[in-house]
Amino acid sequence: MRPRAPAHPWLMLAPTLLAFGLFVFLPLALTARASLQSWDMLTEPEWVGAANYGALMEGGELWRVLGRTLGFSVIVVVGAMSFGLGLAVLVDRPGRVFAFVRGSVFSAYVVSWVAVALLWVWLLDPDAGAVAAIFRAVGLPRVGFLTDPRAALVTVACVAVWKITGYAMIVFLAGLRAIPASLREAAALDGASGWQTFRHVVWPMLRPTAAFVATTSLITSFQAFDVVRIMTQGGPARATTLFVYAIYEQIFLNLSVGKASALAVVFFVVLSLLAALQLRAWRSRGGEPA
Amino acid sequence: MIGSRAKARVAMALGLVAAAVWVLPYAWMTLTSLKPLSEITQDPTAPLPRAPTLDAYREVFGTIPVFRYLGVTLLMALSIGVLQIVLALPAGYALAKLRFVGRKTAFGLVVACLLVPPQVTFVSVFFMFSRVGLVNTFAALVVPFAASAFGTFLVRQALVAVPDELIEAARLDGASEPVIVYRILAPLLTPTLVGMFLVSFVFHYSDYFWPLVMTTDDTVRTLPLGVALLKEPGSGVRWHVVMAGNVILSAPVLALFAVAQRHLVRGLAGRA
Repeated sequence: MRPRAPAHPWLMLAPTLLAFGLFVFLPLALTARASLQSWDMLTEPEWVGAANYGALMEGGELWRVLGRTLGFSVIVVVGAMSFGLGLAVLVDRPGRVFAFVRGSVFSAYVVSWVAVALLWVWLLDPDAGAVAAIFRAVGLPRVGFLTDPRAALVTVACVAVWKITGYAMIVFLAGLRAIPASLREAAALDGASGWQTFRHVVWPMLRPTAAFVATTSLITSFQAFDVVRIMTQGGPARATTLFVYAIYEQIFLNLSVGKASALAVVFFVVLSLLAALQLRAWRSRGGEPA
Repeated sequence: MIGSRAKARVAMALGLVAAAVWVLPYAWMTLTSLKPLSEITQDPTAPLPRAPTLDAYREVFGTIPVFRYLGVTLLMALSIGVLQIVLALPAGYALAKLRFVGRKTAFGLVVACLLVPPQVTFVSVFFMFSRVGLVNTFAALVVPFAASAFGTFLVRQALVAVPDELIEAARLDGASEPVIVYRILAPLLTPTLVGMFLVSFVFHYSDYFWPLVMTTDDTVRTLPLGVALLKEPGSGVRWHVVMAGNVILSAPVLALFAVAQRHLVRGLAGRA
């Protein structure tokens, strides 16, 4: 349609574009500039070229943070998707019991990460926690879930799986319900078993949904911060220092704005690559993201 | 057909196990919050409190100003949700319905913003706010989220489906553009807008990251930060108090969830 006046579209877009300019594009440019400076927030900033990036690469710290974050994300995505899909298939049934199960699993999605993290620190306390009591009762050894460097990252990832499985389940349920019942009935009439129907009829139609869940939960897990800050503060021995926590640590603990900005720039580049995957997943659903 | 009944039983049993995995931790949280300190230290894994008490809740209210933090948090989440709708409607309308030079570019900018999370921009935004003295203000918590790329996007998609004739008829009746956007089109988009609002509200009510990095003192502290602080002071963590804080923090969103689960599900699943 023709606008009533040439200025109308821009007037309508002005607040939105102004906000994005101020809080997305300008900060992005300022971050890129700050990543080339050395600044401790007390003295004047100094241009140092790529020294901040060099310092982060030195000793491989950047790669360790990146690898750790990717590892964490893989556990979260695989875990949330497997449980989410399994539960979606399980609870896609009529009746109050299944409505209750759906509500229970999904409820963790609305509860704050803070509450979830605090709750699990308490549940996982190696001596006083409820999980430790269960371990003792069935004769398993004492595990320092959050104090053992080998266990901490997996523990935090499992908590994140608990938190976002409900989200995956809800999206998979919507995908399942969009599949026409007639298709499944036809497969059943042809004598296909439950598994065969799932494998050859349901799953192919669910693949775009799966791609969507995979990419959204990948990006969510990549941005994880609250669980780390509350459960482990990046420890023990940096075992849970994920990307966003590393940025936070550079600025608020090391007071190094330059290194924090350089990390943020790298983080943005990696996220953009992941988002490119997300866009491709959306495209495969036919048309624009919606 | 015997098999299918057995299968239904197995499905129900598995479902209840799953529900337990999610409900029992909340139950443990609530039970812990009802225990006195002596029971926490002497027999921490006893399932039921022997002498249930609200002492932990009294201590939470004595340690942090719960109502002030809750008020700030609710007002912040509400303001963000409302602003996002107010800004997204005209922007989505321009992108969906009006033909003008630069529309593709404008749309491209909105989509590009989907790719830049606050974790990338917070360092610079913090210094921008600190230069103009806005750190530790309500504005620093709300204004950066006033425009939502996702929201603008969803409104635009929803408006594409609205027939042009409707808008033309309204124009002929003499309706101004703001009237068309807010009084005629907005009601048509109610399901989209409600879903959008709920997803945004739940997210920002619970958000820890942004309020943490944009505040350095207590002036506009939000409830998630306040509750997280219950764990920090001192070495001996008083878990009954932390869990009481957790119950207080979770109750409002769980109540909202109970009444609006359907809309929230639509808001989330609609994006897929």
